[in-house]
Parts: sequence; structure tokens; C-alpha cells
Amino acid sequence: MVIEKMAMAGTLESSDAQVTVEPADSLTLHIESSVLNQYGRQIKATVEEVLARLDVTSGRVTVVDKGALDCTLRARVECAVFRSCDASMVNVPWGGVIQ
Amino acid sequence: MAGKITRPRPNKDRLRRTMMFMNAQRPGLIKDAYIYGCDSIMLDLEDAVAVNQKDAARFSLYHALTTVDYGDTEVIVRINGTDTEYWREDVRVCVAGGADGIRIPKCESAAQVKEVEAAVEEAEREFGVEVGWTLLMAALESPLGIMNAYEICTASDRMLGCAISGGDFRTSMRVQIEPDGIEINTARSMMLLAARAAGVQCLDTMYPNLDDEEGFRREVDLIVRMGFDGKSLINPKQIAYVHERLAPTQKQIAHSEKIVRSCREQADAGVGVYVVDGKMVDPPFFREAERIIELAKKCGVYHGDL
Repeated sequence: MVIEKMAMAGTLESSDAQVTVEPADSLTLHIESSVLNQYGRQIKATVEEVLARLDVTSGRVTVVDKGALDCTLRARVECAVFRSCDASMVNVPWGGVIQ
Repeated sequence: MAGKITRPRPNKDRLRRTMMFMNAQRPGLIKDAYIYGCDSIMLDLEDAVAVNQKDAARFSLYHALTTVDYGDTEVIVRINGTDTEYWREDVRVCVAGGADGIRIPKCESAAQVKEVEAAVEEAEREFGVEVGWTLLMAALESPLGIMNAYEICTASDRMLGCAISGGDFRTSMRVQIEPDGIEINTARSMMLLAARAAGVQCLDTMYPNLDDEEGFRREVDLIVRMGFDGKSLINPKQIAYVHERLAPTQKQIAHSEKIVRSCREQADAGVGVYVVDGKMVDPPFFREAERIIELAKKCGVYHGDL
């Protein structure tokens, strides 16, 4: 998928994560987290895995983590990417690239 | 895809004393839902989710359904109304994620149930889920919904039951919540008759005043006496009292045991009507006694050997 415009998903509430994606020439990932020291690598690995599954090869991705579970983080990254392509509302490939 | 559903097969007739609403969009809530011990949780895509977050709620829901272990807790999803642009995608994500059932809001006709059923079946085929897996239930929220309760409850083999939604119903009747429930009494009664006639479960509305413990208990007492199977809840602190009130008492259990045992003996001797503890007993009492023992087993309060 190609990040076509800036999009955001998630909130800054506890147990959530706010993910922003913006168009860019290369793929960059910025993570802010209250638990960065303990879980930073795991958060990064999850986000990279989701982006790879969605075939996102360029874009600026920002994650502000508030202690989200892995499944919440995945949902927020996917939703932000699908929103950036105007593809989040119907015919989402549940069980396909979303898993 | 089909291999992804690890939950036990949905059971239409399972115990549903308590059905607790949770916002599908709030991650902090979803992950803890099963620990409270309610029989069913109701993950909400409808009123609890703002219009501009309907998509995000589905992504959260999909991952919650496929990764959180809900154990024995039934997982039902309230989809958006069939008069919105959201409900078809709601159905797709529910089926793909392996939800046990779907709650149809603002249900007013059998045609509406059949429309949702068709979309569910289409989604089951799309995602390789066994056709017929996903259950349905109807929320009756208007006078028309109540009037059509029987045709709604019999519209599909997937129907597990119906629930009245007090907030919308009271608004359409131009009444406020009353301590004795008089304003909603006829609707509750009509819905109960329809559900029993259709052979499905009947669930009461949620009690909105969280700090009014006495009012909550009064309402629970009322709906238990009326014959409801369970109640919608909005807070875990409401679970224990409903479970306590819907479980048969030890006295009821002891009496039912006596009836079941004696009836078996009398039947062998060719007797139809007789007396237990000074009360006449005939076949309806026997069936009720059996039902109580069965309910006591399901509620975990039966320790006998029947």
C-alpha cells in the first residue's frame, strides 16, 4: 500500500497508541513511549511487521504509545495506513493482510 | 481463515444471565472484558463509537476477537443499524473475527432480520466460516419492534433471543424511567410472551443509574419474577446480584429434587397427579422441577446427584 496522505488512528488514552502516517520518499519510524526502555524494541518489531505485511515501503510513521497491547498497536497502525488510502471503511481484507 | 476461529461453537441456549456492554473502540476495556465473570459481553460498534471512529473500532474489534482469550464468556457484537452505511462492514468483521453472535439494533421486522442473516451468510462464505455458525439476536427499541417481536424472534434459525432497549423505547413512548417499571411493563410482558412462544431467550434492558444500587436491585427483582433469562449491564459491579437472583435457591432445589425423584417413582406406579409437601404435583410441576435442577447445574449451585 502507498501512503497517499497524512492519516491518524488511535488516542492518547492509557492502553492505547496514536499512530500517524505521512507520505515520504523513504520509510522512517519514530516511536515515543512511556515504556520505551522495556518495550521499545518489541513495539518497533510489531510496527515493522505490520508495515511489511501491508507492503508499505515508504512513509513517515509516528507512534505515540501509551502502554498499548500488541493487538491494539496492530489495529492502530493498520487503521492509519488504510485511512491514508481511503480504504478503511468498506471491504477491508479481514484475515488477509489484516491478521 | 476458518482455522482462525478457536472459540467453542456458539450455543443458542447457553446461560445468558448477564450481558455486559463494552465499547469496541476502547482497548483498555476490551482486553479485560472476560475477567469479570459475566455470561456474555457485548462489544459495541454502534452508539458507543463516534461516527468518525467506526473504521478504527472495527480494526480494534478484529484483533480483540482473534487474539484475546475470552474463555467461556460469550462474545456478541452490536452492529450499527440497518439504516446506516456501516452495518455491512460490521457484519464482515464480526464473521471474519469469529464473533459468537450479532445484535441487531432497532429491530422492527422479520425482513430486517433476514437482511442481516443474508449478509452474515455471505460473510461466512467469504471468510470460510461454517454457514450457520454466527448467532443473531434482536434489540427491540420501539413500539413497532415490540409489536412485531414474535415475527422477529422466528425470522431465523440463528436467533438466540431478543432484548428490550429501555432508553430508546422510553423516548418513543414519551415516558421517563419509573421506580416500579410501570412505563415499560406492557412492553416487557409482550416481549416475554413473544420470546417464549418463539422458544428463544428474553433479556431485559440495562439500568442506567449506576449509583442507585437500590433501584437496580428493585429492577432485577422485578424482571426475575417476570421470567426474564437475563439482563444487559453497563458495569461489572452489577453482575453479582443478577447471578445471585437468577440462581435457584437451595430451598427451590431441594423441593425440585423431591418432585423429580417422587415423580419417577409415581410414574413407574402409574400415578399422574399426587402430593409433595402438601402441594399438588402434576406434569407441569415435574417439567419445572427439571428445569430448576438444570438451571442450578448451569449456575454452579447444584451439588446433588440427579
